[in-house]
Amino acid sequence: MKILVAVKRVIDYNVQVRVKEDGTGVVTDNVKMSSNPPDDNAIEEAVKIKEAGKATEIIAITVGEEKSQETVRKALAVGADRGILIKTEGTVEPLAVAKALQKIVEKEKPDLVFMGKQAIDDDCNQTGQMLSALLNWPQATFASKIEIKDKTLEVTREIDEGLETIEVNLPAIVTCDLRLNEPRYASLPNIMKSKKKPLEILTAADLGVDTTPRVQQIKVEEPPKRKAGIKVASVAELVNKLKNEAKVI
Amino acid sequence: MSVLLIAEHNNKEVRPFTLNAITAASQMDEDVHVLLIGNNCGDVAKSLSEMSAVKKVLHAEAAYYENYLAENFAPLVVKVSENYSHIVSSANTFGKNLMPRIAANLDISQVSDITKVISADTFIRPIYAGNAFATVKSTDAKKCITIRPTSFEPCETSGGSAPIEKIEATEEFTLSKFIKREEVKSDRPELGTARIVVSGGRGMQNGENFKLITDIADKLNAAIGASRAAVDAGYISNEHQVGQTGKVVVPDLYIAVGISGAIQHLAGMKESKIIVAINKDGEAPIFSVADYGLEADLFEALPQFLEELNKLNSIQK
Repeated sequence: MKILVAVKRVIDYNVQVRVKEDGTGVVTDNVKMSSNPPDDNAIEEAVKIKEAGKATEIIAITVGEEKSQETVRKALAVGADRGILIKTEGTVEPLAVAKALQKIVEKEKPDLVFMGKQAIDDDCNQTGQMLSALLNWPQATFASKIEIKDKTLEVTREIDEGLETIEVNLPAIVTCDLRLNEPRYASLPNIMKSKKKPLEILTAADLGVDTTPRVQQIKVEEPPKRKAGIKVASVAELVNKLKNEAKVI
Repeated sequence: MSVLLIAEHNNKEVRPFTLNAITAASQMDEDVHVLLIGNNCGDVAKSLSEMSAVKKVLHAEAAYYENYLAENFAPLVVKVSENYSHIVSSANTFGKNLMPRIAANLDISQVSDITKVISADTFIRPIYAGNAFATVKSTDAKKCITIRPTSFEPCETSGGSAPIEKIEATEEFTLSKFIKREEVKSDRPELGTARIVVSGGRGMQNGENFKLITDIADKLNAAIGASRAAVDAGYISNEHQVGQTGKVVVPDLYIAVGISGAIQHLAGMKESKIIVAINKDGEAPIFSVADYGLEADLFEALPQFLEELNKLNSIQK
């Protein structure tokens, strides 16, 4: 079995994001970048499947600027066998990413495609579902547990009401929840070794995919600031404030 | 042109966020048609038709529509989409799962999780866990939109008499199969719509200690929330998680207990009207968004809190 894992380079989840003064976006200069957290779960799951002897090859792929190679290298360092960067400039919307991934899926013919359920930068939560639509494959979104059967996959999904279990035939797309597993760290020797693993670089144009945005970003603003609150000295004071000042209980 | 709203329901009742989505849809265009896809869901069709903002109900039935698999729903939505300018659903796990499958089939770049409708093609949506708000304009002829339910009021559930039009089902997608759903039944208000939410974090230390939260939630008729840390540690089940990758809540009162206030948690609750933080670490970031902060050991503060609530003559419901 061959597994394709899509990853994305985003502003690190611990960074307090700041909006640019001119309202054109958020500050990214000199800001720490990392792999999108649920994409780490996607890689981890693929590596676990390979370690269990159920997969033969893991390909890590990203769509983004030149520097996104770092994110693919990280995936190679934790166990992916080879990498692909589809180089693009500027904003690339989930639909264009899905179209680029579709081209690679058609060429590589993986049995499974994993990716995080959502990127923590644009918070779109679209790419996996869109790729499934374009391929007309089953989709198992928000996966917190995966069990590989013969030619199917049993997936537990995190939904608003609790948990849902579905069975999908392979090939299929799975988007991963943070609770799917505990991503490992890359060891130093593996980081060194990963530098020798193959990483193919293509452009969206090579694949014939138009990445022109369809949604124009008009402006980006900071959220309204909450007014500073107060510290109360006791539980009695707190209840009094809630009852008589805020009038919420 | 008209707006096509995809209803979320359980084949017996309309799920509450559909009402918020109808309000959002009616701000894009007043001619809101609701698409109901399900199995033996005639009662749902009737209640949708009685909502004053709904101008027409399209109703499709099939056994394989019972469990809302996106692979079965999307082709039907695509089929009826021709006469509509917008396709809308709520940005909860139902709409998040379904809408991108529709959008990609129609070659539309979806706009997710909008919090405001500026005009028929321009919307505001949070990005970076709500640390920024983007105003965006869709240039696709047709729009696929998911709306953040807590940013729109629920629509009226009466005053209308829309016609119900039966439409044919599309073929079954046989490569995906529903197996089971484990729903946690509760008499409490739903987390997404509750007036008061009491949430616990890693500071609760274990699942048994959530009893302290439950007692207060019972007293206040509140829903129970949790940080991702508490869910990951196994103190409480996943449907309670509030945050960037969990639920977004906007109650009148949010009480955060033993929650430090990571950016990802704040993303799910910082629009709440009144925020209370109870934490023994006075430097915890949760205090920066709290209207009332109490720096105290929660194991002392929560029993006292319950005692003080018991002393009150009345509590708002």
